[in-house]
Amino acid sequence: MTAAAPAPKTNMGQPVPRYDAAAKVTGKATYASDMPLDNPAHAFLVTSAIAKGRIDRFELDDAKRVRGVIDIVTHENAPKLKESKLFSNGGYAGTTIQPLKSAEITHDGQIIAVVLAESYEAAREAANRVKVSYTAAAPSATFDSPGTTAAAAKGQNSQFKEDPKVGDFAKAFDAAEVKLSVSYETPTQHHNPMELFTTSCAWMGDNLVIYEGSQYVYGLKNGVAEQLGIDADKVRVVNPYVGGGFGSRGSMTPRTAIIAAIARRLNRPIKLVPTRDQGFTIATYRAETRHEIRLGASRDGKLVALRHEGAEVSSRPDAYCVGGTKTTTRLYACPNVDSLVSIVRADRNTPGFMRSPPEVPYLFALESALDELAVKLNMDPVELRRINDATRDPIDGKPYTSRSLMACFDEAAKAFGWSQRSPQPKSMSDGDWLIGYGCAATCYPTQMAPSAARVRLQRDGRTRVEIAGHEIGTGAYTVIAQTAAERLGVSLEKVAVFMGDSDLPPAPVAGGSNSTASTCSAVMMVCDQIRHRLFKALMPSDSLADKAKETVGISPAPSTQAAKGDRRLDIEKAFDALGVGVVEEYGEWKPEGAPLDSFRAMHNGQVRLVGGHQMKDQIAYAFGAEFVEIRVNRFTHEIRCPRLVGAFAAGRIMNPRTARSQLMGGLIWGMSSALLEATEIDERNARYVNDNLADYLVPVNADVPGVEVIMLSEQDDHINPVGAKGLGELANVGTNAAICNAIHHATGQRIRKLPVRLENIEL
Amino acid sequence: MRPFSYQRATDPGMAVQALGGAAAANEPLTKAAAQPLAGGTTLIDLMKLDVMRPTAIVDIGPLAHAWSAIAPGGDGLRLGALAKMSDVAAHAEIQRSYPVIADSLKLAASAQLRNMATLGGNVMQRTRCNYFRDVSYENCNKRNPGSGCAAMDGVNRMHAVLGTSDQCIATYPGDFAQALIALDAMVEITGKAGTRSMPFAQLHKAPGSTPDIETVLQPGELISAFSIQGRWPRSVYLKARDRQSYEFALSSAAIALDVQDGTIRDARVALGGVATVPWRAREAEALLKGQKFDDGLAQRVADAAFAEAKGRRHNSFKIALGKRVVARALQQAVTMEI
Repeated sequence: MTAAAPAPKTNMGQPVPRYDAAAKVTGKATYASDMPLDNPAHAFLVTSAIAKGRIDRFELDDAKRVRGVIDIVTHENAPKLKESKLFSNGGYAGTTIQPLKSAEITHDGQIIAVVLAESYEAAREAANRVKVSYTAAAPSATFDSPGTTAAAAKGQNSQFKEDPKVGDFAKAFDAAEVKLSVSYETPTQHHNPMELFTTSCAWMGDNLVIYEGSQYVYGLKNGVAEQLGIDADKVRVVNPYVGGGFGSRGSMTPRTAIIAAIARRLNRPIKLVPTRDQGFTIATYRAETRHEIRLGASRDGKLVALRHEGAEVSSRPDAYCVGGTKTTTRLYACPNVDSLVSIVRADRNTPGFMRSPPEVPYLFALESALDELAVKLNMDPVELRRINDATRDPIDGKPYTSRSLMACFDEAAKAFGWSQRSPQPKSMSDGDWLIGYGCAATCYPTQMAPSAARVRLQRDGRTRVEIAGHEIGTGAYTVIAQTAAERLGVSLEKVAVFMGDSDLPPAPVAGGSNSTASTCSAVMMVCDQIRHRLFKALMPSDSLADKAKETVGISPAPSTQAAKGDRRLDIEKAFDALGVGVVEEYGEWKPEGAPLDSFRAMHNGQVRLVGGHQMKDQIAYAFGAEFVEIRVNRFTHEIRCPRLVGAFAAGRIMNPRTARSQLMGGLIWGMSSALLEATEIDERNARYVNDNLADYLVPVNADVPGVEVIMLSEQDDHINPVGAKGLGELANVGTNAAICNAIHHATGQRIRKLPVRLENIEL
Repeated sequence: MRPFSYQRATDPGMAVQALGGAAAANEPLTKAAAQPLAGGTTLIDLMKLDVMRPTAIVDIGPLAHAWSAIAPGGDGLRLGALAKMSDVAAHAEIQRSYPVIADSLKLAASAQLRNMATLGGNVMQRTRCNYFRDVSYENCNKRNPGSGCAAMDGVNRMHAVLGTSDQCIATYPGDFAQALIALDAMVEITGKAGTRSMPFAQLHKAPGSTPDIETVLQPGELISAFSIQGRWPRSVYLKARDRQSYEFALSSAAIALDVQDGTIRDARVALGGVATVPWRAREAEALLKGQKFDDGLAQRVADAAFAEAKGRRHNSFKIALGKRVVARALQQAVTMEI
C-alpha cells in the first residue's frame, strides 16, 4: 500500500480509489456553474461599500449604457420575497438579512443590486459603472467597538440550550492547590472554498431548477420555495459535485431566492458567478471569539475546577452562536464545572458554521490552558491529560460509547518522537531555528441524522444507489458505493451512485460530520431490504430467510466481509423466483433517539441531528491527539511547522484512503488556523480588508513538508449500524493549541491570540 | 473589466507608436489609455478589479525575440526586459555571479507566475495595498489624486515605513528591483526617440504629493533591458514573510559585498517590503566601507538603514524586523563561500 492508501487495520474498509477520481482529474466532473443553460442571462452583484446606513440614490445611466445590459434590479424594483427564518429557529436561512428589500444597509458587502446582461463581462462592467450614494452611519465592527451589545446566548438561540455546569466551581476553584486563570482569542475566518458562491436558476413553467453548490439540497429546496411562496415540490436543487463547503453551504444564503425570483420575472435562465471578495460577505464565516478559562488542580495534576466562558460576535438581527462549552466541559474528568457563552452583536453579516464549528475556537482555549497548567505543575502535558482522562461525561455522568483518547496520544507520541523532547522551553535548536514540540487533544461529537435511500439491483449485479447526499470532496460517493457493494456482495465497479439532487431520496445536511454514518446506515438498511426479498423468494420460510440475512453476499462476486461457511445466494435464481427484472427498495433510516417528527422534518429539509452528548444513556465522540514541531527563526522570527503528526480513532474507518485525506487536510487546516488565516476588519467602517486569496493566507505546499496521519483501530457498536464516527471535522481541532504550545516550548513565550504572526514573537 | 482594443506589436517602433500615439499631455503612465501587456500578471489582475481601465492593450510579447536576452559577459550582465523570471532565476551563471538576482526572483511569487512574468513587468508591478486594489474605497490618492488615503489609519500591517508621505504609505511589493538597485543597475528605455539609459535607482518615484506617478516613464516608453557592471558573487537576498512560499516580503534585504582580506571594499544594501519604492540604504552602506565585519557593525548598519523609518498602527514591527533582516543578511553575505 502507498502512503495515500494505508493498509486497512481491524474494522476498516478497503482503501479503494475515489469513485469520482477520474472525473475530477480530467475535468469531467460538472460543478453547478458548469451546468449548461439555454440562453442564460448573466448576473453580477453590486454590494454595499458601507456597513451601516441607507442608500440614498442609484445612478444607473452609465451602467445601463453598457452594451448587452438587460436590467438592473435594486430594492426599488426587486421582486418581493417572503421572510425566511434562521435555520436555528426552525427556518432554512443562514441570515435573515434579505437582499434588495429596502434602502437599509446592515453590513459591509450586502447585496444591493443585481445587474443582468447578455454576457458575464457586460454584467461585470455595468456593475462597475453603478454609482451609489449612501448616508452612512458609524458601524460597530467587533468586540469593544462602541455600540455593540452583549447578552448570554441561552435564551437567544434555540440551538444553544444550556450552559453546562456541575458541582460547585467557585468553592472548588477557591480551594484548589494550583490555579490558572487565562484569556484567549481567535480571529474572524472565512471558508474560502475553491468553488465560488455561484447560482444558476432555470424555470420550466412553474418548476424551478437551481444549480448551486450546496451542503444541503433538501434544505435549499425548501428554503427557496418558502421565500418564493411556492410548493417545495416545484423546486429542484442539483449539484453532483460541490467544490468545498466547510459549512459555508450548509444553510441558505440570501442570493438564491432573489436570483430565482428575477429569473422568473425575466422568463429566462440566470447564471450568477460572484467574485471571491463578494464571497466574504454574501455567505457566512467564523466569527471572532474570546475565552476566559479558569482551571483549579491538585498538585498531582487532578482537575478539581474548570470554568470556560466564551464570547462570540454575531450580526444585529441574528443570534448565531457556536457555543463550544458543551464539548470543553466534557472532555476531562472534573467534578466542579461552570460555563457561560455570550453573544456580542455588531454591524456584520451573520456568521455561521465553519469546520469545525465550536471545537476549533473552544478547544484552542482549553487545550492551551491544559498546557499552561502542565507547565505550572512541571508535568508532561501528555501525562496531565492521562491523569484527567474521563470514562464518563463529567456533566451528566453518562459513559462514552468508546474513547481512545490516550491510545491516540500514545501512538502519536511514539510516531512523533515525543520522548526526544527536552521539557525546558528554549532548550532545542538547529542553526538559525529554535525548535519547539507541542501537543493537544482533539475530539468531535459523533452525530447522525435521519436519511433515506433507494437502491436498485439488476439481474447482472448492476446496482444503482440514489440518495440526495453531497460530495463536498470528502469521498461520499466512494464510501456509499463501498457500502452497497459490500452489503449486496456485488463488485464495486457495478455500483453507480447518484447524489446531489433534491429529486432523490432525502439525506441530511453534509455538516457536523454526520454524512457517512447517516447515509451509509440508510444505504445498508435498504440493501438489507433487497437481500431479504431475494432470500425470501428462494427460502420462503421466515426462519430460513432470517438465518440467510446473517450471511453476506448475494452474488458470486467476492465480498470482503464474507466468512467461511457463509451461504451465498444465486442471484439469477432469486430473480427468476420473484419473476422480476429489477429489484428496487426504498427505505428511511433514523438513528436511535431521533425525535418523533424526524422523517417529516427530513422531507421538509430540516435536520434532526442526534449524537454527541445528546444521546439518551451514553455520550459519543471521536478522539485524536496531535503533535507538532514548530521552528522559530532567531533573526526573522518567522514561524514554520515542518511536522504535524496526528493519531485518530473514529470507529469504523470506511475507506482508509479517503479518511486519511480528510484527516491530513484537517491537520493542515488546523495549522493554518493558528499561523495564517485571519480576516482583517477595518474597525473604522466594519469592512473586511483582505478579502481575497492573495491576502487571506492559506498554506502552500512548502508550508506543510511533513504530515503524518495514524488511524487507530476502534470498534464501537453503540453509535449507528455502520459503526462509524464522523471524522471530517476531527483533525483540524486542537492543532491551533498544539502549535501555540510548541511555540511556548520553542521560545518560552505563551501566545493566547490567533493567528500567531512573526511580530508576536519576542526573543 | 471594461472593453479594450487589442493589438500585437511586432517591432519596438510599432509598440512605442501604439502606446504613445494616443497619450494626452502630462497623463501619468498608470492612467494612460494604452497599456503594454507582457506577462499580464499585474495588468490583467488590476483590470479585472476595475483599478486600471485602459482602452487599448498593446501586446509586446512578440518583441521577446529581441528583448529577452540573458547575457552575462566579461564585464557585466545584460538582461532583456522580456526575459521570464523563471528563466533568469534558473540560469547557472546568474546563480554563480549574481546570487542576489537569482534568489530575489526565485523567492518571488509562485512557479506559475514566474513562468509568465517578465523582468520589465516585474519591476513595474504595482502595490498590493488593499485599499488601492478595492475601488469601493473612494479615498486612495494613488487611484483618485486628492481623495485621501484609507490605509494611513486603516489596516496597514503590510504597508511601508520608509519613503512614505502624508499622501501614501503603499509598499512597493517586488523583490527583483531590490537586487537591481543594490547592484547599481542601469535601465534601458525605448521610446519615440530611440533608446536611452539611466540608473535604475531613478526609475521609481517616491509618492510624495503625487502617489499616482510611480515611475519616470512616460506613455510610449518601454523598459527594454537592464544592465549591471561587474560580477557580484558575494551577494544575498533574504526575505521574511508569513508563509514559506508564494508570499510578499514583510521585510527583505538585498546585500552585495566586495570583501578583500577581511575588509569590506564595497557594500550595497537595499530593502524590500518596507518602502514605497525599491530602497537603497546608502547611509548604511557608508558605515560598511573600509571596515572589518562584526556583529556590532551589522547592528549599526541595520540601525542606520531604518533611521528614517516611520511606523503606523499595524506595521511598526517592520522596523525592528527590518533591522534584524539586514543584520542577518550581512552576516550571510560575509560568511558565504564563493
